[in-house]
Amino acid sequence: MTMTTRETFLAKIRAAQPAARPRPDVPLFDTPPGERLERFRTALAAMGGTVVEGESLDTVRALLAERFGADGKVASAVPGIEGNRALAADMSPALLQDVDAGVVRARFGVAETGSVWFSEDEYIVNSIGYLVQHLVVLLDPAQIVDGLQDVYRRDDFKAARYAVLVTGPSATADIEGVLIRGAQGVRSLTVVLLAA
Amino acid sequence: MSDVVKGKSKRLDHAKAAGAFIAKEDHVAFHDKRLWDLRSKRDAQAHGMPEWETLRDLASGIKEHTLSNLADYLDQFITQAESHGVIVHYASTAEEHNEIVYKLMSERGLTTLVKSKSMLTDECKMREYIEPRGITVMETDLGERIQQLDNQDPSHMVVPAVHKLRADVAELFGRTIGTDPKNSDIHYLAESQRMNTRPYFVREKTAGMTGCNFAVAETGTVVVCTNEGNADLSANVPPLHIASIGIEKLIPRISDLGVFIRMLSRSALGSPITQYTSHFRAPRPGSEMHYILVDHGRSERLAMEDFWYSLKCIRCGACMNTCPVYRRSGGLSYGFTYSGPIGAIINPTYDMKRFSSLPFASTLNGSCTNVCPTKVNIHEQIYKWREVIAANHEVPFVKQEVLKMAGRLLASPTLYRGTVASLGGALKRLPNFVLYNPLNIWGRQRDLPETPAETFHEWYKKNRKVAK
Repeated sequence: MTMTTRETFLAKIRAAQPAARPRPDVPLFDTPPGERLERFRTALAAMGGTVVEGESLDTVRALLAERFGADGKVASAVPGIEGNRALAADMSPALLQDVDAGVVRARFGVAETGSVWFSEDEYIVNSIGYLVQHLVVLLDPAQIVDGLQDVYRRDDFKAARYAVLVTGPSATADIEGVLIRGAQGVRSLTVVLLAA
Repeated sequence: MSDVVKGKSKRLDHAKAAGAFIAKEDHVAFHDKRLWDLRSKRDAQAHGMPEWETLRDLASGIKEHTLSNLADYLDQFITQAESHGVIVHYASTAEEHNEIVYKLMSERGLTTLVKSKSMLTDECKMREYIEPRGITVMETDLGERIQQLDNQDPSHMVVPAVHKLRADVAELFGRTIGTDPKNSDIHYLAESQRMNTRPYFVREKTAGMTGCNFAVAETGTVVVCTNEGNADLSANVPPLHIASIGIEKLIPRISDLGVFIRMLSRSALGSPITQYTSHFRAPRPGSEMHYILVDHGRSERLAMEDFWYSLKCIRCGACMNTCPVYRRSGGLSYGFTYSGPIGAIINPTYDMKRFSSLPFASTLNGSCTNVCPTKVNIHEQIYKWREVIAANHEVPFVKQEVLKMAGRLLASPTLYRGTVASLGGALKRLPNFVLYNPLNIWGRQRDLPETPAETFHEWYKKNRKVAK
């Protein structure tokens, strides 16, 4: 097997490049009118997520009990929500495959799209966002930014090994355009608005 | 693809290849409607953003800047990635890409590859290379899995099985994954695929693979957009994550994502963002992350003065959804991974002879160019390809002769008027076998409109006094 090296690989591309073109400046565009929280709610609903008002962690406990019962398998990355399944950074990510619900707190939300942001710091084990059946997300309403242009000006992406914008549950419309929630990842995503 | 690169292959007849699809009338009708629906949803999103056209200018400008400085940006990307513990590999060809994947897996004793959708691995024919060598490949995107099980290329970049109806999927799943072939309920089919696929993510001896939508030079980050979350499962569960990256995916900075992510899913599906937009920058502790940078003809294209702009493509599929020829001929008729208008300009860069019919599968209406989020001048490139193909004598003989006759006719007003005047009567009298003969592929699926009683020229002479 012949191995292409970095030098030969790049040299060929350098020789092929057209004359250099300038890099355009990207301005900050005006943000649409309306409260951030309201825009977040509308956008998330359109992407299949659910928003719940939180009073305290009791709201989360009640929601878990109601939806998954006393025997529901819950893994939590949120201090104060114990869960009954271990979650530790050094565990095998596959161990979450039979978990009913994961509980995580997002670092921030995005009004434009209804997205919530996580890194390995929020997830503890990244597979919690996908391998469990349902995801319950805590979000501080004060931590909602206007749009993607603002999100990608943050430094959070430069420190995280893994970062993700999650917008509603896993979905597919690959057969005849019929929307299915819960394609490979979580079947539902519920955002509980609760100050940190 | 290696056959294509080596030029072994024979000329693809797009019109003939489309025939099988066109024969299935209910499929064509649905296909047309479904893709136009995506186009309409894209319009609703674009029209809702006053800055949309400015964003297209920016996206185009950023891509042209990056491609014209590509070696430097790749160098920065590689340096950044390596500084975070990512191992970077270089593949000039499809074969090299496939060999690297196989080597990474076989050296670690891994036997299963779970992957998210990647046009690049389809382009490289990776499954065809590693499966006979003992690697089980699980495509985890529903549409791509359907196409894998049916041994077909994806027929669309974003919705790979859009040419199939539910009954086709039911029959296919019944034949391959043991579901009830008579049950074509879409929830049942999607749930069956979920149950069939998910165990593969947690198997022993498994590696994960993703493609790459954007590669950020500033941070060495690979960005992957999915709606299923299957890229996140593929990358976050197995101990090895391989990302295959076409070199044209580079963008300079994280902040540029504020332009591209805003446009990608809006252009593709008419949703403001994909359900998952995932940014991979460094391996999880205790796991490995490998990037394979793939050239495979891209640097040759970058050197083509008229055609390098096609490298700006971000694979949203908007040009396909809007194209009247694509919507009615189906993606498989384009004979390669890339179909629709973008396929018509990319595929000939790999093998001009084989794909010489594709630039002719267009009405040159320009709609593809108008919806492209990075302003690739697709219809102009289609026209350019026709010139290049004609100059290289790759236009089939019959088409050449017909065009020569048409050229003489249209160049002479007297000859043209004389012919048109007699043609009206002739069209009414000619039996269909003369009009719809094998020389005229355009006639195959079309009926002529009624011919008017007189030509415009005759009507004008009668109704207007022309000052002599």
